[in-house]
Amino acid sequence: MNIPYDLKYTKNDEWVRIEGNVGTVGITDYAQDQLSDIVYVEIIVAEGEQVSQGDTCATVESVKAAADVYLPVSGVITAVNEDLPDAPETINSDPYGKAWMVKVELSDPNELDGLLEAEGYQQLIASKE
Amino acid sequence: MLATIGVERLEDLFQDVPASFRFPELNLPPALTEMEAFAEMQDLASANESTHDLVCFLGAGAYHHYIPAAVDAILRRGEFLTAYTPYQPEVSQGTLRAIFDYQSLITSLTGMDVSNASHYDGATAAAEAVSLAYANFRGKRTKVVLSPNLHPHYRQTIHTYNHGSAIEITGEQVDIRMGPKALIPLIDENTALVIVQYPDFFGRIYDHTALVEAAHAKGALVSISANPLALGMLKAPGEFGADIVTGEGQPLGIPLTYGGPYLGIFATRTEYVRKMAGRLVGETVDNRGQKAYVLTLTAREQHIRREKATSNICTNQGLMALASAVYLSLLGKHGLRQVSELCYHKAHYAARQISQLEGYELWNSTPFYHEFVVRCPLPVEEINAYLLENGILGGYDLGQDYPELESHVLLAVTEMNSREEIDLLVETLAEVPHE
Repeated sequence: MNIPYDLKYTKNDEWVRIEGNVGTVGITDYAQDQLSDIVYVEIIVAEGEQVSQGDTCATVESVKAAADVYLPVSGVITAVNEDLPDAPETINSDPYGKAWMVKVELSDPNELDGLLEAEGYQQLIASKE
Repeated sequence: MLATIGVERLEDLFQDVPASFRFPELNLPPALTEMEAFAEMQDLASANESTHDLVCFLGAGAYHHYIPAAVDAILRRGEFLTAYTPYQPEVSQGTLRAIFDYQSLITSLTGMDVSNASHYDGATAAAEAVSLAYANFRGKRTKVVLSPNLHPHYRQTIHTYNHGSAIEITGEQVDIRMGPKALIPLIDENTALVIVQYPDFFGRIYDHTALVEAAHAKGALVSISANPLALGMLKAPGEFGADIVTGEGQPLGIPLTYGGPYLGIFATRTEYVRKMAGRLVGETVDNRGQKAYVLTLTAREQHIRREKATSNICTNQGLMALASAVYLSLLGKHGLRQVSELCYHKAHYAARQISQLEGYELWNSTPFYHEFVVRCPLPVEEINAYLLENGILGGYDLGQDYPELESHVLLAVTEMNSREEIDLLVETLAEVPHE
C-alpha cells in the first residue's frame, strides 16, 4: 500500500498535501483499493466556497460502494479538479497525483496537528485489515 | 433433521420466543374443506359490485379502460409471473428486456430521457420526485410548491413522506379555480421543486410552459404528474420543459383493484439520473458482442449507498410495468391516440348533455380531458345513491377533499362508456331532483 511520507491523513482515508498555506485533498491508495473500480465522482463544493473541517466535498461511487469524501481542513476552496468527473478511474490509478479533488486555503493551520502522519495512518489501516 | 442439528423436539426451536407468546390460542373458526372454503370465497367475492355489473363514471385517479386479452396471457407466463429481482443478468434477459422496453415506452410518452423500472403507484412516484429534488440541491433548498390541483391522495403521500423532514410544503392554499400561473409568486431561491398535475385532478388541461420557465429562472425543478393515457393525444410534459414526469400507470392495461397493485411512473432528464430512486435497466453488449440487458447505475441504490441514497425504494412493480409495456405495444402510437381521443370526445359529449340539465352546471370553462366537474342541485351522496339504485356508479364527491366544492361531482368518461350509457346517466341525473 502506498502511503507517501510528505502527506497528512484522516481516519476516513483522505489525504492532504500542504504547500505554503494551501492544502490539496484526495483519497488514499487504501481507500481506492477498498472501493475497487471507481465509476463516478461528484465534487460538490465550488471555488470560493467557505468550508469547515469534516464537510463533505465529494462523493465517490464504485461498482460496489458509494462514499463521501470529508475535508481534512477548514478554509476557502481555491480550486476544484474539473477533469476528475470525466475520468473517475484516475482515482484508482493515481490517487495521490492526478486524482486530487480540491485545494483549500487553510483558515486554521492548527487543525493539521490533529491529522495523522504516514506512520500513524499505516498503523490505522493495518489494524483494519 | 432434528437429530442432525442436535435438537430433540420441534418445540425446542422456539425457545428464543418468550414462553407466554410461544403457542398462543388463536380465535379461529374450525377448519374448512377446500369445497367449503371455495364456496365461502365465492360468496364474499359476489358481495362486491364491480364495473362488470355497473355502468361506471367514477375516475379520480383510477380508470375503467378496456384491457386486451393478450396482456393477461403474457403476464401469466410463468417466466414473468414468478420472476424475482433480476440481479443476475445471465438468467434474467427476458425480464430485463421487458423492463427496458417499458422504460423506452415511458420516455417517449413523457418526453423525458430516462425512466426507472417503476414505483408502487402514482402517489409514491410523485413523492419520490420531492426526494430527487431535495437530494439534487443537497438539502440546501427546502421548499416545495405543491399545487392544490394535484390528487388529494398524492398530496397526502407527499406530506407523509416528508413528515419530520426539513422540507416545507406550500401552495395548497392557492385558489383551485386558478391555473398553474397562480403558483409562480410562491417560487423563490429556496424552492427545490414545483409539483403540478396534467391534466389536473379536475381533468383540466393547462399549458405549463410559463410555470416551468418561472421555476427554472429561480433554479427550481418542476415535476408533472401526468395521466399516461392522456399523453396519447396531449403534448408531452417534456415539451413544457419539465424536469421530472411521474404518473399512475393503471390506465395502461392494469385492472381496477382496491389498493393496487398499480404502477408508479417516474421519468426524468439524464442530468438527474444519479439522484433518481428505483431500479434501472440498461442495454449493453456481452463478452461475445451480443446485445444484452443489465441493471445499471446501481450505486444510486440503498443497498450500496446506504443512508446516502436518495430513497429507500429499490423495488419496482415488475409485473405491472410489463402489463403497461404489453398494452402500449399492442395499441401502438395510433391505437393509443385513438383510445385517448375516444375518452376525450365521449367526455365532452357527456359534459354537454349534463350542462343542459336543469340544476346542473359545469364548474369551469377550461379545456378538459376525460373528466369534468359538475355542480349538482343536491348533495353528491344523494345523487350517487340514486344512480347506484339504477345500476350506475356515480362520480367522485369533491366535497370530501375540497370544502369549497360541496355538491360538486367529478365525472370520468372512458372508451368503455357507450353513448347509450352516457344518455342513461343524463336521463337518470335529470330524474334525481324531482324525486
